[in-house]
Amino acid sequence: MRTATAVAAPIEAHGHNHWSPYVDNGGTTLAIAGEDYVLVASDTRQSDGYAINSRYEPKAFVLSNNAVLGTSGCVADAKRLCEVLEQRAQLYQHKHDRQISTPALARLLSNTMYNRRMLPYYVFPVLAGLDSEGRGAAYAYDAIGSMERVTNSCFGSAETLIQPFLDNQVARNNQRGADPERLLTRQEALKIAIDAFTSATERDIYTGDYLEIFIIDAAGVHKETRELKHD
Amino acid sequence: MNQIVHQLTADTAGELGLGSELEFELAGVERPLAFGQQFTDVKSDKDAMIKVAHGTTTLAFKFREGVLVATDSRATRGNIIASQTVKKVIEINDRLLGTMAGGAADCAFWGRVLGMECRLYELRNRKRISVAAASKILANVVYRYKGSGLSMGMMVAGWDERGPGLYYVDSDARRLENDLFSVGSGSTFAYGVLDAHYRYDMSVDEAKDLARKAIYHATHRDAYSGGIVRMYWIHKDGWVAYPLEDVGELYYKFHPEVPLTNAADSPLTLASA
Repeated sequence: MRTATAVAAPIEAHGHNHWSPYVDNGGTTLAIAGEDYVLVASDTRQSDGYAINSRYEPKAFVLSNNAVLGTSGCVADAKRLCEVLEQRAQLYQHKHDRQISTPALARLLSNTMYNRRMLPYYVFPVLAGLDSEGRGAAYAYDAIGSMERVTNSCFGSAETLIQPFLDNQVARNNQRGADPERLLTRQEALKIAIDAFTSATERDIYTGDYLEIFIIDAAGVHKETRELKHD
Repeated sequence: MNQIVHQLTADTAGELGLGSELEFELAGVERPLAFGQQFTDVKSDKDAMIKVAHGTTTLAFKFREGVLVATDSRATRGNIIASQTVKKVIEINDRLLGTMAGGAADCAFWGRVLGMECRLYELRNRKRISVAAASKILANVVYRYKGSGLSMGMMVAGWDERGPGLYYVDSDARRLENDLFSVGSGSTFAYGVLDAHYRYDMSVDEAKDLARKAIYHATHRDAYSGGIVRMYWIHKDGWVAYPLEDVGELYYKFHPEVPLTNAADSPLTLASA
């Protein structure tokens, strides 16, 4: 039933007593979209169970069209997915003689993930970039390519800690008198992203060490790195 | 070099490209489909590592003025709510709608394949595709993948030369025609309301009231349904989409005795407390 003879990979028990090709490496990624920018923030801790593999292993990647792919889940799968997506973005450029737009790249990512429907990438990505009108665009996915354009999203080990905070502070859900359409300024978004991660670091063992923040606007991609707690 | 690039792009187009050239990457094991299925919670294993987005309550019925289609908007991943704003109605073309229940990615992907096939049919035959033919394309496409772990329960609704059309198609490639369907984890609750109040002879407003009520009550009793009510009416000239209605606000419409309140405003005085 579960013969895995043809797969040449290290055998790893994963809770159950059968082999699994997947590891959850922990860590958290979020995205917040604004009027003329979009922000992606992710911590850089990489874990395997109680072991910390690395304190600085970024899991958000800048693509050639100035979109940023933020990931969570299995790092090996995330890196492979990013490579495949970048290859396909390059092929698009050669074929059409122009850079792929963020909405087209978003659909391409969905199809790339669904192409592995029968053996999914264990990755929950957010894709962030500017749309054709120059507005901030963030797309959230499940592991097999279900996608939705969102104004904010959080995936990973601290998802259940951070997403409700974003619902409240970014989307302003269920707040009488608040304007749910209002988008955050980039200073507000930056502050909320940093607060989300410093707080999540206190309560999630898989989130911490460093915080990498990408802000994408018409000028390009701006990256900054911040310190989180290392315990 | 040009040839190489051309070949590469052609191959990639085949992979993206939906339809008959479609190929999925498989695990290099003896039984790749069974191997892959054990890691996702699409069909059975709730403890599976990869949680994918699920739904839903969807419904559609024929009535005097056409077809009414309504859905909720919640997607769940394991026990967390992945989204409260999902669009579970696929606008295949200006006469045809599809609804999504089950695996979100499966429905969205094969719904797009269906959209492409319907457009190709129009181009090849210089006429619109019938609802019967469209739903049969979907059933035939998913039949090729029967047993590989897809999970979808879709309705295809529209208007063609034969009048209003409504079909149910699922990932077992089952295809049924009827005047009324509800699909998804909340469907039993929706059926309760629909069966109690459905009449063929309804006006559009009565049909909307019934659909809203059925979705609302399903979201109330089914934890996997919720968010907003999305409604479409299909008539002879196409479909119209209605404004979204938040289930949280509908609660106060269906319970006029309960004063509109908010946790932040004031404490409640409960009869039972």
